Amino acid sequence: MKIKSLISTITLVAASASTMAQDLDITLTNLSQGLYFTPILTTAHTSDSSVFSLATAASAELQAMAEGGDISGLVSMLSNANANTNENPASGLLAPAMSTSYMLTNDSTNTLLSLTTMILPSNDGFVGLDSWTIPTEVGTYTIMLNAYDAGTEANNELIIDGGGAPGTAGIPAAPGGDAGTNGSGVTNSETNMMVHIHRGTLGDDDLAAGKSDLDNRVHRWLNPVAKLTIVVK
Amino acid sequence: MSISLFINLKNSSNKLATIAVSVLMMTLLSACNDNNTSIPVVMPEPEPEPTEYSYQVTVTNLTYAQPLSPVTVVLHADEKMWMIGTSASIALEKLAEAGDNTDFIAQDSIITSMSDDGVLMPGLSSMITVSTTDTSATHLSVITMLVNTNDAFSGLTGLELSNFDLDQTNSWNLNVYDAGTEANSEMAGTIPGPADGGVGFDEMRDDVNVVTLHPGVVSQDDGLTNSVLTQTHRFDNPAIKLTITRIK
Repeated sequence: MKIKSLISTITLVAASASTMAQDLDITLTNLSQGLYFTPILTTAHTSDSSVFSLATAASAELQAMAEGGDISGLVSMLSNANANTNENPASGLLAPAMSTSYMLTNDSTNTLLSLTTMILPSNDGFVGLDSWTIPTEVGTYTIMLNAYDAGTEANNELIIDGGGAPGTAGIPAAPGGDAGTNGSGVTNSETNMMVHIHRGTLGDDDLAAGKSDLDNRVHRWLNPVAKLTIVVK
Repeated sequence: MSISLFINLKNSSNKLATIAVSVLMMTLLSACNDNNTSIPVVMPEPEPEPTEYSYQVTVTNLTYAQPLSPVTVVLHADEKMWMIGTSASIALEKLAEAGDNTDFIAQDSIITSMSDDGVLMPGLSSMITVSTTDTSATHLSVITMLVNTNDAFSGLTGLELSNFDLDQTNSWNLNVYDAGTEANSEMAGTIPGPADGGVGFDEMRDDVNVVTLHPGVVSQDDGLTNSVLTQTHRFDNPAIKLTITRIK
């Protein structure tokens, strides 16, 4: 009897080991020199959900995040899908060269990891990770992240009050306080409406005029723009 | 495939054999519940049919405004079709300057090739299936030109196929190379894509003459006065996403 109950206990433990929730220690580092990241959203979800998908039109929820840094739409979409989420670990903006560390516990069925955060100053640029398979093996994993363009707003590169609202072209803010004014606008159109790799901001060196309100010596970047480290425990 | 020969035991006339068969039949009947009882005799295997290997190659254009020349997939032996720091072949030069893969797929080392009919526009994907029974086709290369440039291309070369299990899928984000065969003047008449409609291939080599990663385009909006390109044509890495699945 004793042996039998011991065996069933072992069986139970073995069965639960493969389906147990995982604890993830996550660190996101802003690798850029002049960009700020808006509230970061990290989520573990099933293959039925995705936060964004390359070469696919952005959802309204993704658009709100990419144009104005508003993650509430994505959060409610994910919560309806029983995803696990970590919201805004840096309590606001993540400044250039800064890191933020946080935890996410994912349910056994939520095996894919995604992350988004808007790039400031940009019209609809964001840093993203799309549906990365969370390893079951204990270890430290590092992923370099690229800058994407949501394809929802023309990259006019003008700082406009209220520019973060979907449908209002413009960059809501340059948190570094280093942008210009009175630009004439880089472009009025967005011909590629699918999520794609961001072509980078243009900027110029005339902070009182020119085409762009961005500074071409400060606000440019090359990929990768962020580093994500995940410790599976 | 093995071939089996069946002998019907019901035609046996020998009495002993009949009894033995009856016993055997009963055993077999109870075992397999099948009335057409027969004993399989395994014959020697014939020459094996050549095994076909098949790969599904998907390329997604991740750029904002760089159409890609017809995506080209080739199978070959262990070889690199280009290498950083090495001079481009004329076949590669023609593909990188004009998007023309005619010479590229005609190279002696290419065992099988498949390519798209037309350009692949930004935000779109293309799927090509390449198959072979040739056991010397051990490596795969994929290549395409960013047509609104002087000589930029993206791709992957010399991918070893023996690492692929059936139904296995691998993905890559691929960077942009500069063939190094044409100066990045961005001037009218030098770019074959819709930004210009200029000539593609020019046999003169007025650049560094080695393959490197691409420095990106400058454009007229960024102060390159004679450029026909605008800020829309700028790009960053990666330019394409490549996914390969072995389906046979």
